[in-house]
Amino acid sequence: MQSFTYERAASAEQAAAAVAARPDAKFISGGTNLLDLMKLEIERPAHLVDISRLPLDRIEETAEGGLRVGAQVRNSDLAADPRVRSRYPMLTQALLAGASGQIRNKASTSGNLLQRTRCPYFYDRNMPCNKREQGSGCAALQGFNRMHAVLGASEACIAVHSSDMAVAMSGLDARIETISPGGETRTIPIGDFHRLPEATPHVETVLGHGEMIAAVTLPSPPPGRQVYRKVRDRASYAFALVSVAAIVETSGDRIRSARIAMGGVAAKPWRATEAERTLAGAAASDGAFTDAAEAALAGAVGHGGNDFKIPLAKRTMRHTLAAAAESA
Amino acid sequence: MTETKTSENRPSEPRNGVIGRPIDRIDGPLKVTGDATYAYENALDGTAYGYILGAAVAKGRIAEIDTAEAERAPAVLLVMTHRNAPAQPDFGPAVTPTVPEVFTRARPALNSERVRYYDEPVALVVAETFEAARAAAGLIKVRYDEAPGVYDLPGHKADAYAPKRTNAGFETDSVVGDFESAFAAAPVKIDATYRTPFEHHNPMEPHATLAAWSGNELTIHTSAQTLANFRAGVASTLRIPPERVRIVSPFIGGGFGSKLIAHADTILAALAAQFLQRPVKIALTRQQMFANAGHRAEMIQQVRLGADTDGRLTGIAHDVWSATSSFEEYCEQTAVFARSLYAAPDRVTRHRLVPLDINRGEWMRSPGEAPGMLAFECAMDELAERLGLDPIELRIRNEPAQDPERGVPFSTRNLVACMEEGARRFGWVRREPTPGRTREGRKLIGYGMAAAIRPNYIGAATARVAIDRDGRVTARLDMTDIGTGTYTILTQIAAESLGVPISSVKVELGDSRFPRTAGSGGSWGAASAGSALHNACNALKQRILEAAQSSEASPLRGANATEASFADSEVRVGQQSAGLADLIRRIAPAGFEAEGSVAPGATTESYKAYSQHSYGAHFAEVAVDCDTGEIRMRRMLAVMGAGRILNAKTARSQIIGGMTWGIGAALMEQTVLDPRYGHFVNHDLAEYHVPINGDVPEMEVVFLEEHDDKANPLGAKGLGELGVCGAGAAVANAIYNATGVRVREFPITLDKVLPALPVIAI
Amino acid sequence: MAKTDNRSGPTRRTVLEGGVATGVLLATGIPVDAEPADTVTAAASPTPVPTMPMSLRINARDLAVELDPRTTLLDALRNHLGLTGSKKGCDHGQCGACTVLVDGRRINSCLTLAAMHEGDEITTVEGLAEGDRLHPVQAAFVARDGFQCGYCTPGQICSAVGMLGEAKAGWPSHASADVAAASVALTDAEIRERMSGNICRCAAYPNIVAAIRDAAEEA
Repeated sequence: MQSFTYERAASAEQAAAAVAARPDAKFISGGTNLLDLMKLEIERPAHLVDISRLPLDRIEETAEGGLRVGAQVRNSDLAADPRVRSRYPMLTQALLAGASGQIRNKASTSGNLLQRTRCPYFYDRNMPCNKREQGSGCAALQGFNRMHAVLGASEACIAVHSSDMAVAMSGLDARIETISPGGETRTIPIGDFHRLPEATPHVETVLGHGEMIAAVTLPSPPPGRQVYRKVRDRASYAFALVSVAAIVETSGDRIRSARIAMGGVAAKPWRATEAERTLAGAAASDGAFTDAAEAALAGAVGHGGNDFKIPLAKRTMRHTLAAAAESA
Repeated sequence: MTETKTSENRPSEPRNGVIGRPIDRIDGPLKVTGDATYAYENALDGTAYGYILGAAVAKGRIAEIDTAEAERAPAVLLVMTHRNAPAQPDFGPAVTPTVPEVFTRARPALNSERVRYYDEPVALVVAETFEAARAAAGLIKVRYDEAPGVYDLPGHKADAYAPKRTNAGFETDSVVGDFESAFAAAPVKIDATYRTPFEHHNPMEPHATLAAWSGNELTIHTSAQTLANFRAGVASTLRIPPERVRIVSPFIGGGFGSKLIAHADTILAALAAQFLQRPVKIALTRQQMFANAGHRAEMIQQVRLGADTDGRLTGIAHDVWSATSSFEEYCEQTAVFARSLYAAPDRVTRHRLVPLDINRGEWMRSPGEAPGMLAFECAMDELAERLGLDPIELRIRNEPAQDPERGVPFSTRNLVACMEEGARRFGWVRREPTPGRTREGRKLIGYGMAAAIRPNYIGAATARVAIDRDGRVTARLDMTDIGTGTYTILTQIAAESLGVPISSVKVELGDSRFPRTAGSGGSWGAASAGSALHNACNALKQRILEAAQSSEASPLRGANATEASFADSEVRVGQQSAGLADLIRRIAPAGFEAEGSVAPGATTESYKAYSQHSYGAHFAEVAVDCDTGEIRMRRMLAVMGAGRILNAKTARSQIIGGMTWGIGAALMEQTVLDPRYGHFVNHDLAEYHVPINGDVPEMEVVFLEEHDDKANPLGAKGLGELGVCGAGAAVANAIYNATGVRVREFPITLDKVLPALPVIAI
Repeated sequence: MAKTDNRSGPTRRTVLEGGVATGVLLATGIPVDAEPADTVTAAASPTPVPTMPMSLRINARDLAVELDPRTTLLDALRNHLGLTGSKKGCDHGQCGACTVLVDGRRINSCLTLAAMHEGDEITTVEGLAEGDRLHPVQAAFVARDGFQCGYCTPGQICSAVGMLGEAKAGWPSHASADVAAASVALTDAEIRERMSGNICRCAAYPNIVAAIRDAAEEA
């Protein structure tokens, strides 16, 4: 870990300005991913602006009947909030499927969205990695890529986004509010927030330097039963091989609407819009769920070690949709 | 959920002895309060912090190393590379060393520009703080001339060679009769090839050393399983007499075989401390441990079993191809257990090695049996199915009357009893013999079992025991407690032998100034150190009795010592008795001291005359998600016949730990060696999966009553590794029973069962 | 990248991938100084690292320290404050051995900076017992043999103490069938899931679960 200077931000505006003032500055919040990467010198900020104590730690009701989650709300607090548990159970389930109790107590809402990939080649500075060092190549493409993306990847990068929380938020159509160094704010739909790798995998979100996440807004809960299903190699404390967040609204034995997002398959939470379209108006049947899963993975491409993710994601989606449609 | 039967009292032991009782760990309070001090935690004034930089290539040479920026960095005291490191002996040849040489050979660090494996140390930075040392290591610029290396076992199987012997000194091959003819003629056959991956020990405490010199004397605070090995290795690397090296290791945060020899942290701390003339501490990072602190090598195992239609084995062949290091051979004794486990007239076992450009493998918990039984006990399951026999019945039909290859009787062997008792307790009759038929909701349920066998070793050991005028007993030996419970069982042995309460006994371990033992490894610790202490206590009692009979001041003067006993803090001779402390105060105010020893098992007549092993039977129930293929444990049972149990509580803990290692091997543990770069890709605890709490189900452990009087005076045998042996195969067999999918490439991750799982209607 | 630890300049692997195949390996290398350096490199009096003052409250004691801003809470405890009960197992939040309580909540002390905890109430394993009387969780770990080597134990115990508070507050877990339920029944499955952030390589897990079950029932 290279030397850095440290300051504690007094306000959101001041924090944004402090980071914007130096190209080598970074925000630090929970620190659970940033310090991990700094110890390995994958991240090498020269200045840290501590935003963990900013008063962005509240969960508030919104006029539209949703919740506005402060960027500094800890993952455990978000998961435990009674409003989230009753109205957005899928989000609680996703949060609780992620990391460990200790990490959830520290990790912030904004940090979770901004966490970087767990690709082992990204984590080893001796290995080629376009995300870590532009133009150096992608060691995962022909390497050990069991954990890697089957959707939206590029020749430059096949890493996945590791968040569970973000997958549920994607299914819930969350909006991300940011504040810029000048004090301007903007709202970004979560689907537009993360970028696919294309030729520039080191650029992971649409945020500008110094632009800080202030809150995540959850629209009023959509109708239907919510289910988050994570598939992993251990019973707990492991990253997703695939995960599915599903909300299925039924009417009698027909599906009115469905929202589906997948994790562990792409560089961003992957909204399965084709599958949603397939389901809308269909009979709530095994066949419909199977067709939806096929549609969701229609464009999937394996890279050898992760080929199994395609059938796994389909099977997981099929039974998760069935669970969500059950007594919805 | 544990029923523990311990041995009955023997005539030679006092009644109501404390040996066997499930007393709490003596060192428990220290460990739960944070007061137990591990290697890196020792504090000496002026200690500097070291940080190792590892090689970025797996083979080649350092073309240029620029340390200028690191040397100028704040708080940096020293940057050591091959250009300025003190001279050390050459590493020496790669060929099979004899067993002692493995432990005593010099293991130089930073002594060459040559890079032999990925992440091999190329520089050490020592600074005033850990943060400064780590940062400066990142400022060193290294350019390598990379050479092509070999990192692929299957691709180089044709290059395999036969080593001179396996680990622990076993013959490389064994041949009895004519296997090929027997196999060709067998009406029922299994010919199955299994693959087991690289695995890493990953003790929770990283390898760490604090080295301090005082004149010519070097003190090493480290995390070592066997102090004598560390001492010898450090001394030969530094080219100083072993007497000038003191190793201190009272608490060890797990070893599992990865702390039997000194690693780079120890050697470099010693060298840097010598140069700087101040204490230096170094820990390997978790990531560095993967390349620098041993592993279990990847293997390919072919198991061939021939049987008659009644299920009697006519031929057994176990062939093993293992990766090894190109610069230091290590041949795990993977097929050796197969020489003793089942009867068959014609048999062959063979070990072959394929050199790769990686660091050497090291002894990982249950070397031999862990990977070997994973394969072999699955093959037995496959054979049972082909024969239409229950897997337990198949094993019973092949129970040998004596060791099938050595031709000597077993000291004790309760394998059949373990399997039968286990079957009864586990509800084995409920197992559906046809796989894939038992479903609960969307889970496929399966039962599996496997046998366990592990050889009994005794290492040379000496213990010293003293008793003072207050009746307080102190035992000292350079034995270690790596979590096995050594402090506790040795306390029990001394307390029972001398007839004093546990609270009167203090056991001091982990200092090379104490009498030498074989340390902790190979499951020999309890039997070796325990027997030495047992003998030392007998010698102490003899000394006390002699003085009690002859001393003018003794109330027992002239008593007939042949009927003497020590119990309840008293010495009883015939009808006479005296309080132990009072007696010592009268006859020897300075107290008494005595030593006792045991000879290495392999040299004893008993070892030559008997085949000595511990046995057991593992049972497992798994649930496999029919949609995702996720495999989760439901329960496990182990029934063990392992000689006399010295502490029922710590013994059980040893076994459940081993069973969990079986879960790890069966379901998740695998280090991936990248064949392009020669590095272990998943070198941290996020990507190398060891079982976590949620993976481990309810476990039951049963010890059968046993006392192996051929093994040692205590009648005890090793437990630390028995729990692993066969446990993974029981899990694998349960997965087969649940799914009908036989995965022969470990670990059995969901991607390997998923393609064969039928899609079940919702 | 690949073959050079220096983060700037051309990549060695790129150069060498051709080189290995065509046998011009050495031609692309920089000549090595074959002679060992005359003297061992050691800075006589190195420049000090910049530090910053901070006040930490640990186990109900206020401590004023000067630390490098890079110092993690874990390294501050172990290397600077003599509180070595908290363990370094992985230094990356992957094992839980470093778990401490901050304002009653369990966190990985390796993944946070000491400087970020001014004013917080930090409790380490050394702060749990009251004099000679062990905390109920500590006592239960001894009675149930919830450890072997003991290295993960302080983290397990701090984690268990924090976890029991979470359960008492009604926080659900991944093992909870209904995350909206107001209270939690601390079944073995719940304990296992909630304690899955603490690796025990000796694998005392069933005993850890039993110890926590005992402590929870006692509380």
